[in-house]
Amino acid sequence: MKDILQELDTRREEARKGGGQRRIDAQHAKGKLTARERIELLLDEGSFEEFDMFVAHRCTEFGMQAERPAGDGVVTGWGTVNGRMIYVFSQDFTVFGGSLSETHAQKICKIMDMAMQNGAPVVGLNDSGGARIQEGVASLAGYAEVFQRNIMASGVVPQISLIMGPCAGGAVYSPAMTDFIFMVKDTSYMFVTGPDVVKTVTNEIVTAEELGGAGTHTRKSSVADGAFENDVEALAEARRLIDFLPLSNREKAPVRPFFDDVARVENSLDTLIPTNPNQPYDMKELIAKVADEGDFFEIQKDFAGNIVTGFIRLEGQTVGVVANQPMVLAGCLDIDSSRKAARFVRFCDAFEIPILTLVDVPGFLPGTSQEYGGVIKHGAKLLFAYGEATVPKVTLITRKAYGGAYDVMASKHLRGDFNYAWPTAEIAVMGAKGAVEILYRGELGDSAKIAARTADYEDRFANPFVAAEKGFIDEVILPRSTRKRLARAFASLRSKKLTNPWKKHDNIPL
Amino acid sequence: MCPGSGTTEGENTLFKKILIANRGEIACRVIKSARKMGIKTVAVYSDADVNALHVKMADEAVHIGPPPANQSYIVIDKVMEAVRQTGAEAVHPGYGFLSENMNFAAALEAEGVVFVGPPSPAIEAMGDKITSKKLAMEAGVSTVPGYMGLIADTDEAVKISNEIGYPVMIKASAGGGGKGMRIAWNDQEAREGFESSKNEAANSFGDDRIFIEKFVTQPRHIEIQVLADQHGNCVYLHERECSIQRRNQKVIEEAPSPFLDAATRKAMGEQACALARAVGYTSAGTVEFIVDGNRNFYFLEMNTRLQVEHPVTELITGVDLVEQMIRVANGEALPFKQSDLKINGWAMESRLYAEDPYRNFLPSIGRLTRYRPPVEGPTEHGIVRNDTGVFEGGEISMFYDPMIAKLCTWAPTRAQAIEEMRIALDTFEVEGIGHNLPFVGAVMDHPRFVSGDITTAFIEEEYPDGFQGATLVEDLLRRIAAATAAMNRVAEIRRTRISGRLGNHERHVGEDWVVALQGIEFAVKIKADRDGATVGFSGGGSYRVTSDWTPGQELARLDVDGDPLVLKVGKIPSGFRIRCRGADLKVHVRSPRQAELARLMPEKLPPDTSRFLLCPMPGLIVKINVAEGDEVQEGQALATVEAMKMENTLRAERKGVIKKINAAPGASLRVDEVIMEFE
Repeated sequence: MKDILQELDTRREEARKGGGQRRIDAQHAKGKLTARERIELLLDEGSFEEFDMFVAHRCTEFGMQAERPAGDGVVTGWGTVNGRMIYVFSQDFTVFGGSLSETHAQKICKIMDMAMQNGAPVVGLNDSGGARIQEGVASLAGYAEVFQRNIMASGVVPQISLIMGPCAGGAVYSPAMTDFIFMVKDTSYMFVTGPDVVKTVTNEIVTAEELGGAGTHTRKSSVADGAFENDVEALAEARRLIDFLPLSNREKAPVRPFFDDVARVENSLDTLIPTNPNQPYDMKELIAKVADEGDFFEIQKDFAGNIVTGFIRLEGQTVGVVANQPMVLAGCLDIDSSRKAARFVRFCDAFEIPILTLVDVPGFLPGTSQEYGGVIKHGAKLLFAYGEATVPKVTLITRKAYGGAYDVMASKHLRGDFNYAWPTAEIAVMGAKGAVEILYRGELGDSAKIAARTADYEDRFANPFVAAEKGFIDEVILPRSTRKRLARAFASLRSKKLTNPWKKHDNIPL
Repeated sequence: MCPGSGTTEGENTLFKKILIANRGEIACRVIKSARKMGIKTVAVYSDADVNALHVKMADEAVHIGPPPANQSYIVIDKVMEAVRQTGAEAVHPGYGFLSENMNFAAALEAEGVVFVGPPSPAIEAMGDKITSKKLAMEAGVSTVPGYMGLIADTDEAVKISNEIGYPVMIKASAGGGGKGMRIAWNDQEAREGFESSKNEAANSFGDDRIFIEKFVTQPRHIEIQVLADQHGNCVYLHERECSIQRRNQKVIEEAPSPFLDAATRKAMGEQACALARAVGYTSAGTVEFIVDGNRNFYFLEMNTRLQVEHPVTELITGVDLVEQMIRVANGEALPFKQSDLKINGWAMESRLYAEDPYRNFLPSIGRLTRYRPPVEGPTEHGIVRNDTGVFEGGEISMFYDPMIAKLCTWAPTRAQAIEEMRIALDTFEVEGIGHNLPFVGAVMDHPRFVSGDITTAFIEEEYPDGFQGATLVEDLLRRIAAATAAMNRVAEIRRTRISGRLGNHERHVGEDWVVALQGIEFAVKIKADRDGATVGFSGGGSYRVTSDWTPGQELARLDVDGDPLVLKVGKIPSGFRIRCRGADLKVHVRSPRQAELARLMPEKLPPDTSRFLLCPMPGLIVKINVAEGDEVQEGQALATVEAMKMENTLRAERKGVIKKINAAPGASLRVDEVIMEFE
């Protein structure tokens, strides 16, 4: 009997070594942790339960049968993050470069099926050279099996991808279909075709970092939602994000004890809006002063800065925030900001996370590049996302809410539950100058008349009361009591029930 | 009891209303004393100060023009109009602006309005350097030995130098900024210095007149506060030492001076009063001296107004100087004699400037997103006082002095007053703008400052390369490590209380942690109980930490082994950003295994920022703030781009020199077009 127990120990030991000490050292030398070390940091200490430790590949081509390491280049299982269950797979670059074989894929599929069945998030730690070429189509089939599960899991359990090494070719499409992608600066990259192929086909010379590094994907392509300095920081922040998310769509967003006064008065918010209407201010100050403990987990911080998206807590409960940012492009809506916010709104709606919308929007960005790029359909995505969302929706207009952008930003007309405005709000079809130029075209030569008309228009529309008279604004609130008013609004919506008509699925303008 | 606080005479004849011809903290300061005396106050304000604190505090406020001071606060006609409009009977000028403008004093006099300050001839006499020095000499005040007349040739220069006694300073009459200035320690140097100064002066200023005076070694700036009434009484309220200066801008002041002995103090005080009497001075005034390493003191100038640093004098004498200024202006006699004025304890003042010490003290403007000064009043061992003119949510504008507050502490001894100041500075929360709190905090821990061995060159000598944050001593690091370990435990335990946990399989927060800060790691074990935590260090030693800190609080007040520790707390992954005692630290608190893995992470150098300033959005260039060849500091405004009718200021990401500017104001740029290039 002792020998049999010994045998298990030996086999486990062997499996835990992955590709061996030399490759582990090489991994460390690159500033990267091993697959198992990463799991240790992601999960609560000692909570990891592994599956399929002894799975080995079945390939016999190219002499592969000679080397059949236990685990086959991916570590899978479940564990807890602050006591809540999640499933995890972590690709082991020390074993065949983390390449994906049929069995490697099967291991991932197994935990994804478990996650779906048991209602827990899936976190993928990606560090893989790509398909295992020796396995040919079996490897491709493996990818597609994973893809299919990503698709089925979408909107059922949160899926988070951490790119912690290479992720190229077909491999990119699994993270691409997850809810969030985070990258590690300098040590990770993602692309469909690598620099060599790019050069061969297009003669374009580009480095892997430029083509698909963290900077590229967080700033230019918006493929990634955030980037972190190193593996340790990325995994710590992944834990922090998980604390904001529900385990599945069958549950409400989590609540945790909070140490903040719900009725906290912030006198400084009374002076947040500058006297000069063309002067920007930082909307993130409002977010921080509304949030419990000033805690804000921002999503896509480095992309389309004219809109801010991320998670806060109010009375301990997660709330998704979408806010126009006057500091960037005056907070206008454009293609990028509409896409960014639309995806965020849909995530929140899918997972029962209430949405807070902070509005200061002068309109849509004009110009050929926007129209040629299809701003009509991209803007419609955000409109669509807000309109179909059935979660609690609370909106606060701080300053400008002009034109179609007013409608889009979770207006009353899109089933906003609470639509608040600060006294500084201006809700109108457009700014005074533009409006007067259209309304009084005949008087344009007479500057005194135009000035009077402009003043008249400002009197009439540069305030929230016209909208409030019509009931489009439920209440005009004092800036300093914003936190309390918003918290109470969300509190009153805790048991909101709203259902959209049955359909196979909608046809959002993709 | 404080001398001067008990005057009852003349209460019924006191002014009903005074106008304060100033802004900021000093306007607020004057309003406080006036209010205490039952006098109504009138504030004046420019467009930039519509929402300013002094406007809110005053009983009435009068708008006097656009933001630039030369179109508002120093326009005599506008202030006079405000006086007429409100019927103010007296005007307190504060400091700066019109406070030493004899035309203003005369204009008030002409309309029968009382100027809360000295008579205009005294202002005039002391306003001119040469005249004031002459008057001082005549009044028997010690002045810097020197020769004011024309010096014919090199031989005469050497002769004069010998008469004065080396070292001497050879200066161009027309000079300034160190040009045409030499220091000579012997005949040879005097000869060379005279010739080169003369040449330089002729070339630079077209005026080769030279004068020679004693060069004061180990100079300290020590000044005497005087107070005189209209009945011939004049007293001195002892000295203030203001040697901690940066480019002639005072930063830290204290009273008394750690350097003066009683005899010197008395001599300086009596000379200061003699000068005040000689010019018919009334009201509060300050006679500034330069004092050398042997306690020889020499007259510099007399400031005929309330001084910025007057609170330290108030704290050690118990006299409300503003009140006395008002009473003297009202014709009342001083309620105390010289013998009543004792030095009680020690007072420190730190001037809080909106200047970023990490960016070479570049002025910083913007919104005060957070402004929480320490609570004023008595503390366990002393007193905290904060004179301020700003508030949370207020705006620091580019138009005025960057000083936003004067934080003072008082305690029985200098060492205690410094300790009170350290705590008060750590408690002072200012966010949204760059400010010098960390720098002042570092000075409070500087051994040379603590010992009192300072000169006016202290900052230049001790911080020759600017300020990069304080480096803390290990004892303090251990205390911070213990504190953050205990704080982290509270945060970790809260994390485990989230909803949706797997029953019976919850996370248990361990006792062993590794705290990394300032490049040092401490392995600790935390034993927590109802009242706090005992944090044991693996190498031996432990600290008892108690605190009411909860996650999210930006200020942690802790008790570490019986001593107070105040930390400003921010969030970073796996730890805290801690600011304390002039240091800005990233503190990581990790489990031993996490710490072990974290050690494998490579250190990253700051990214190489581009040599180009690119246009971040399609827009119109409104303004280019720099010129080719300019050296710019990190954070300095380079250009303003207007997009969507909004102005966006583009700032330098690091220090550098402008090589080429490719865009001019009015140019319409696309995204990523190059606005300027750096060398």
